[in-house]
Amino acid sequence: MLAHAIFFYIFSLIAIVSAIMVTVSKNTVHSVFFLILDFISISCLFIMIGAEFLGMIMLIIYVGAVAVLFLFVVMMLNVAQQKNQWFSARESSKHIPVGLIISTIIFFELIIVIGGWKYKPDLVSSMSLNIDSGISNTHAIGYVVYTDYIHIFQLSGMILLVAMIGAIVLTFRKRSGVKRQSYFSQISRERTDGVELIDVPSNQGVKSDD
Amino acid sequence: MEYLTIIFSETYKILFLLVPVLVSVAMIVWLDRRIWAFVQKRQGPNVVGPFGLLQSLADALKYMFKEVIIPSSSNKVIFILAPIVTMTLALISWAVIPFSATHVLADINVGILYLFAVSSLGVYGIIMGGWASNSKYPFLGAIRSAAQMVSYEVSIGVIIINVLLCVGSLNLNDIVMAQENLWFVIPLFPMFIIFFISALAETNRPPFDLPEAEAELVAGYQTEYSGMMYAMFWLGEYANILLMCAMGSVLFLGGWLSPIDLFPFNVIPGAVWLILKILLLFILFALVKAIVPRYRYDQLMRLGWKIFLPLSLSWVVLTASYLFYFNLLPTN
Repeated sequence: MLAHAIFFYIFSLIAIVSAIMVTVSKNTVHSVFFLILDFISISCLFIMIGAEFLGMIMLIIYVGAVAVLFLFVVMMLNVAQQKNQWFSARESSKHIPVGLIISTIIFFELIIVIGGWKYKPDLVSSMSLNIDSGISNTHAIGYVVYTDYIHIFQLSGMILLVAMIGAIVLTFRKRSGVKRQSYFSQISRERTDGVELIDVPSNQGVKSDD
Repeated sequence: MEYLTIIFSETYKILFLLVPVLVSVAMIVWLDRRIWAFVQKRQGPNVVGPFGLLQSLADALKYMFKEVIIPSSSNKVIFILAPIVTMTLALISWAVIPFSATHVLADINVGILYLFAVSSLGVYGIIMGGWASNSKYPFLGAIRSAAQMVSYEVSIGVIIINVLLCVGSLNLNDIVMAQENLWFVIPLFPMFIIFFISALAETNRPPFDLPEAEAELVAGYQTEYSGMMYAMFWLGEYANILLMCAMGSVLFLGGWLSPIDLFPFNVIPGAVWLILKILLLFILFALVKAIVPRYRYDQLMRLGWKIFLPLSLSWVVLTASYLFYFNLLPTN
């Protein structure tokens, strides 16, 4: 049990420190790298409580795909320089009330969650489902998600789809003058389309129009 | 005391796995160059040692004694971290590869997900290296590589779902045992082809080596690296290629199972069969490198998103419908 506790504290310490560093570090790219470290240590914590499926999915989706795109955008936009200008500008004070409101809401939510857990110790067990401990947690999640909660599961998929379509619609613009390569027309091109055999009249030549 | 014994025995096991992997990475580089030369009617490395077998060793020695140059305008911590990340990620994934029913370092429940997760993390070594170099060519190479690897991971993931539908378990040994009667390469042959091509793109091998296309980007994300740090990128890359070959042989070619369950074949240890299958796939990788010209970048993206993704997704529907209709879905 001792080794378990030691690893738990190591991973949680890394998670908390890197979460703080995400907000504190000056360079935006460094922030994203700390965010990745945070994701990784949280997925380690998931694996330690026996939720290996969730841990691995966390790694694949958040670290392997979402954070890569994050990093992509941050590197491309070169936000590192803009951020410094933004901080020095006077207008930054406009954003402080909004940030304060959001952080207060999150803070109270945390207090409610922790308070409920503290004063009603059977809260978690009364809300959670009874899961057969004989099966692996991949099976358990599958049994729950695809039976009792199939509608909610489908709905969340729809929400993601709508968000994706929205992003495409917002950024889509038709460019003019783009040369497109049509594989079909390339492959279906015949010898008769490309080459023409002409009998050249003597002393007159051929006039080519195209 | 108890902990110490555990640590020592585990270290022994890890070294017993990693040292052969590293040696075979060196050998595989030699094999790659020899096959490449053979196809192009050249000699290839044939001077150092018998048949040039020690060429990689000589190269490694050379890299070790070269100076490591860190560009002054680079982001030093991330610059140094990048090859370490590449190398580590390429090596830790070997922990779950089963060499026989009992010879596996970590026989975890979600083995295939672990492999997939670690291979999807591999892109970070390249992005970090490209960004930290603070130079145009490495950055362009890193961006190309990130887009390419993310695109082809999607189709690899869908192909893995195909195999998992037939197996009903995420454990790699279960996947191997499910192929006892019929290797998945036969019923899922189109998926095997798509997996092979996606693996080429995932490991930045020709014809998809756009991130290090020397005619356009010098050496891509490795341009600013030198000495041992360059060698680590290079080792990690080849270890990843070997890993993809191992993944292909576990998913489709029956892993450590012998091709026929008859007397002279089934006494040969499973590890030998796995190594032979990895070698077969690697020779295919090397032949493709020698034969096929490089893709253009938009063609690469088109292949990944418009051809492989719909094909593998529709194959998932087909497999699932077939298994459901004939009541063959695995139940455990």
